[in-house]
Amino acid sequence: MFIIFVMHKCSKMRYRKRRHRKLLSPPVIKGFIPYGKNINTENQDLVSMLCEEYEAIKLCDYDMLTHLEASALMGVSRPTFTRIYSSARQKIALAISEGRHLIIEGGKVYYDSQWFHCKDCDAFFTNPNDIVDITCALCASSNVSKVQDEESVSLK
Amino acid sequence: MKIAITSTGTTLGSTIDPRFGRAAYFVIYDIEKKSFEICPNTNKEAMEGAGPASVQFVAEKGVEKIVSGEFGVKVKDLLDSLKIQMIAIKDHSKTVQEIIDMLNQNK
Repeated sequence: MFIIFVMHKCSKMRYRKRRHRKLLSPPVIKGFIPYGKNINTENQDLVSMLCEEYEAIKLCDYDMLTHLEASALMGVSRPTFTRIYSSARQKIALAISEGRHLIIEGGKVYYDSQWFHCKDCDAFFTNPNDIVDITCALCASSNVSKVQDEESVSLK
Repeated sequence: MKIAITSTGTTLGSTIDPRFGRAAYFVIYDIEKKSFEICPNTNKEAMEGAGPASVQFVAEKGVEKIVSGEFGVKVKDLLDSLKIQMIAIKDHSKTVQEIIDMLNQNK
């Protein structure tokens, strides 16, 4: 009786939707290929690393953040971040110990945008192409400032 | 470069539409050619997903900037990954013509 009840419940329940991971910037390369003798790369599968796993490695081991700080940046919980990170390490280990190709692709991610505010024309705008010398997108004024707290813009 | 401006009406004298996904019209303005095209928004009455559908519409037109009043969460993420610049204007009484004049001065 209980099993029937559970099965009935489960058939109605949807799986939990996976939260998209936030990336600060896209990966700089698409992957790595091994070099050297004695590698038979043709008949070996690729190791496919997700963009979020690349980001986890970068935040943790390149930017030297703690898991807690990095998880806040990626918009996931700390345990989830640790899971992504350990999966990334396993894939890197697999690729280098078996001499496989490593491809960085896929994953449900979105890119973090930073809003800027122009003091002359009171417009808010983003900087998607990472231009260093920022001027207002509307009036070309250089009197712009970074919006620190996104909520204050109320762009919901 | 093409720029999409959300508009409440079919003329350049109309004020900008504060919403992006459910804007009445999109004015697609070409800065180099100084030409514009006014497209009605077919997703205006959509129950949900008006934002992403509108993003798809303007992205197919090849715009690089969007001027509107505000952008929804779904739209923001999409436009970030498409590398389309969002410009949010708090002063909703501005007309489309005023925006175009500002963009022309910019060049």
